[in-house]
Parts: sequence; C-alpha cells; structure tokens
Amino acid sequence: MALADILPRTRRLLPAGLPVSVALSLFWLAAMLICAALADLLRPYPITRMDLAARLAPPLTPHHWLGTDELGRDVLSRLIQSVRVSLVIAFGATILSAVFGTTLGFLAAKARGWVEHAVVMLADFQAALPFLIMALAVLAFFGSSMPLLVGLMGFYGWERYARIARGLAISAGAQGYAAAVVQLGASPARVYLRHILPNVASTLIVSMTLTFPEIVLMESGLSFLGLGVQPPETSLGNMVGFGRDYLTTAPWIMLAPAVVITLTTLSISLAGDWLRDRLDPTIR
Amino acid sequence: MLRFVALRLARALATVIAVMTFAFVVLRLSGDPAQVMLGPDVPQEAVEAFRRSWGLDAPLWQQYLAYLGAIFRGDFGVSMRDHSPALALVLERVPATLQLTIPALILKLGLGIPAGVYAALHRDSLIDRGVILLAVAGFTIPSFVLGLVLVLIFAVTLGVLPSGGSGTWVHGILPTLTISIGGIGVLARFSRSAMIEVMGQPYIRTAAAKGVKWRNVVRGHALPNAAVPIVTLVGFMVGSLIAGAVVVETIFSWPGIGRLLIVSVSNRDLAVVQCILLLIAAVMVVSNLVVDLLYGALDPRLRAQPTT
Repeated sequence: MALADILPRTRRLLPAGLPVSVALSLFWLAAMLICAALADLLRPYPITRMDLAARLAPPLTPHHWLGTDELGRDVLSRLIQSVRVSLVIAFGATILSAVFGTTLGFLAAKARGWVEHAVVMLADFQAALPFLIMALAVLAFFGSSMPLLVGLMGFYGWERYARIARGLAISAGAQGYAAAVVQLGASPARVYLRHILPNVASTLIVSMTLTFPEIVLMESGLSFLGLGVQPPETSLGNMVGFGRDYLTTAPWIMLAPAVVITLTTLSISLAGDWLRDRLDPTIR
Repeated sequence: MLRFVALRLARALATVIAVMTFAFVVLRLSGDPAQVMLGPDVPQEAVEAFRRSWGLDAPLWQQYLAYLGAIFRGDFGVSMRDHSPALALVLERVPATLQLTIPALILKLGLGIPAGVYAALHRDSLIDRGVILLAVAGFTIPSFVLGLVLVLIFAVTLGVLPSGGSGTWVHGILPTLTISIGGIGVLARFSRSAMIEVMGQPYIRTAAAKGVKWRNVVRGHALPNAAVPIVTLVGFMVGSLIAGAVVVETIFSWPGIGRLLIVSVSNRDLAVVQCILLLIAAVMVVSNLVVDLLYGALDPRLRAQPTT
C-alpha cells in the first residue's frame, strides 16, 4: 500500500482534530512513561551486570538487542533505567519550579510593595545568569547528589511562572469574581487557591509543557558534562557522555540515548504546542 | 525618559550585585578552599598561612565587603592556581569564544528570521510546514547530541572536517554549526508567530484595503511591528554570546570561556569562576538594558508611558 493511501486511513482512526504528528508524539510519550514506570520489569539485565565475553557488541546481537558498552553492560537495560531516572528528575523539578514560581508570583501580587520588588529582582537575577552556568557553579562546589540535582533543577524556569502568575493574579484580582469572594470574607489563601488558581491554571500548564523538555535537556547536558547524575546510576545525558569516548568504535552506545532524548523532547514540544493552541486563551 | 533610563540602570546594577553575592555565597560556603588547594596531608601551619594570605581567616561579612570593594576597584583577584590576575586569564579567552558565537549569531539572524517571516507569509503552505518541522527539530536536539552526530558524520565517516581542536577556520565550522542550529530554529519559529500575529491586525487589513502594494504592506506595516518582540529574543541571544558555548567548547576542545569555566570549576579556582560568572552576567544585563532602551526607539507607544 502506498504511503498516500495509508495516511488518510490512519487519520480516520484518530480522534477528529488530532494531527498525526501529535498522535505519534503522544504515543511515544506514553511509551516512555510506561518505560519509566515499569523499568524494573522491562529491563532484561541489571544495569551494572557486565558480560565481559561480549564487550562492545554491536546492536542486534542476540540477548543484547541494542549492543553492549565497553564493560559489556547491556545498552537496552541501561537505556530503560536512564529513561526512568531522567523523567523522574524532570517531573520532580517541573513540579517544584511551578509550585515555587507560582507561590512567589501570587505572593508578589497579594503583598505588592517591597515584597513585589524583591520577587521581581530575584527574577531579574535568575534571567541574567544562564541557568547552566549557575548550576555548574553550584554542582561543582557542592558535589552532585540526587536530592541536590532535583532541588537545583527545581529552580529552572521558576521566574517565568512567577511573572505569569503575578501578572494574571493582578488582573484577576481586578475582576468581579475575586472581589466578590473577598467581600464574602474568604481568606487570602482561599481566594488565591480556590478561585484565582483555577482561572489561571491553563496558562501555567502550558508553561509547564515548555519547561519540561528544557529541564530534560538541562539535566542531560549537566550529566553529559559529568556534573549531573553520577555513576553507577545512569541517565540519558550521562550515557551520551560516556559513550562519547567510543564514538568511532561503538557509536551505538551514544546514539541510542541520543535518539531517545531527541524524540522525547521533540514529542513534548509538538504535543505541548497542540495543547497550547487548545488551552491558552491569550493566543487565540 | 530620563527617569526610565535611571530606573533601568538601577535595576541592572542591583542584578549585577545579586550575581556577585550569589558567586560569593556559593563559592565560599561550599567548603574550605585551603584544604582543596593544598590537599589533605599538609601541616596545619601551612593551611593557616594559606588562609591568611588569601584573607580567608577574616569573618565572612568582612570577606564579603572586601570582595565587593575589590571588584568595584577593578580588582578581580588572582587565580589560585598560577597566581596570574583572574581578569586577564578570563579576557584572553574571550576572543576564542566570540570567534564561534559571532558567526553563529549571524547565521541565526540571517537564516532564522527570513525563514520565519517567509513561512508566516505563506501560512499552511508546504514550505511553512517544512520550516516549522525543521525549526522544532532544530531546537529540540540537545547541542551535545548534535555536536557528536556532526562529528560522527563529517569527521569520523566522511573525514572532511576536524573533530576538535582549534587553529584554523576549518576547526570552527562544526562548533559554529552546532551552536547556530538550535538558535535558527528558535528564531524561525518565534519570527513566524510574531509575523502571523501582526498580519492578523486590523491596520494590515486597512493598509491592504486602501490599495497599498502588498510588498509595501509587508515592509512598511508588518515587519516594523513584528520586529518589537523579535528584538527581545535577539537581545537575549546577544547576551549569551559569552555563555552560550560551554557545552560546545567542551565537545570540540575549543579554548574559550566555556572550557576555562569547566576547568576552573573542577579545580575550584574561586577567583576565575567568580570572574567568569560576573562577566557573563554583566554582558547579559547590558544587552537587556540596550533592548529596553531600543524598545523606546522601536515602539512609540512605550515612549508615552515610560515607567512601565
């Protein structure tokens, strides 16, 4: 069957209005989530198990479908574990940064005055110092550990949430519904969490879909430089970093995680764009 | 207007001081540099002498004030490794980094903006879809993956370009490409959406309706308006001319600021790291300031309400 025949057919199988690229992205992301959730079941070997008889085995070797690395460790097993580690870090960090940024943004909108100035100044500071540089300084001097890495990545992009949340909360505060619940005697926490937050949530969610792939890239960049996830634990960037030494003799060690990183961030971007078109009222 | 400039300058200065404070806090509180520089087996007297000579025995707030004072006098300290002035060490690496990032910036502007504008003017055409796809692919590939794949293709497989090092302009080709591809994608997509937004405005319809030639509508009415948001992004790219090549310089062993940063960070060379952090932040702050002032020139509406 020609490609031109297949495309309309598959399109008919999809829900109306869902582009093929978005459907493929969602499919890939679902696969990655399953991979991360069931990593322990899916992994053919433990990630540190060495098969010294089959070092640097190329892909499609029986028992090692994606080949092995310089110590004879199974690339597929390490890849599955890496997906889990990288996604867990990225999820944790995205949520931390959204909560932290939104809280500061609401605080600035509620308190105004010097609190607002302080938040705006912190956001300026964050925007002036590229995150990678800041993270390099912190990680190199404190040493890398999992909690520090997640905590640090949790600062990624908080200033965007803070700006958005502050702007939206100020304009929401001027609207009738917020003034009405304030008049009814609701506490500030209730006004912000129960009434204003749901009204601005869609914009914040869109912002999260933008931050998430950037955090994946940032973590893999740091791990690639040897300052993120530390061995024996493995992450996607860390695999690329170590695979780099075998670029000429065993490129699959580096290519397998590289393909996964690229497809994942690409999928999140495509799905995120689609989501933004549907959710974000400001760009309609 | 004067008040606006003064306010912006004050904010820029506050940001730079915040970065200085950050550098001080992180680098001083993370451990004792004397131990790291001298190693574990040094007698206590030697450690004390080292700390005295670097002023590390004073209370922290005195160290902080001394540090701020020294920076404002233009004294960035000396490298703890080879005792040469940190500022000189850092500045001598700047040209190498700019050799990569300036051509990359030209590529980003020269390819990204025209591609985005063309795609916006031919919305939903085949070329438009192609531009979007390439743009998204361009900025979702991490630079270290892109760099290594380019090495794999052009150095390992084809053998036509060097895989790393510096010296001739040929060495700069792969690093420059690696840096620019992501930026081209970002700019193309951003210019496209800025242009689409502008083309939907009533004044474009009015201009077209009163019989202005299409070419002149685009040139005279659409492009200047779409330029305002694009300038912000370009300002950010100019601001990261120094900082934007850390990973790529590491991949290609290019002797620029990024390599120096990674090396100094692993040596815990406080003065050099501080100096690089400040240089990066200063460049970023200045370019943001210029963008803010440019807004006034580009958008007459902002001139009317200068304090916002």
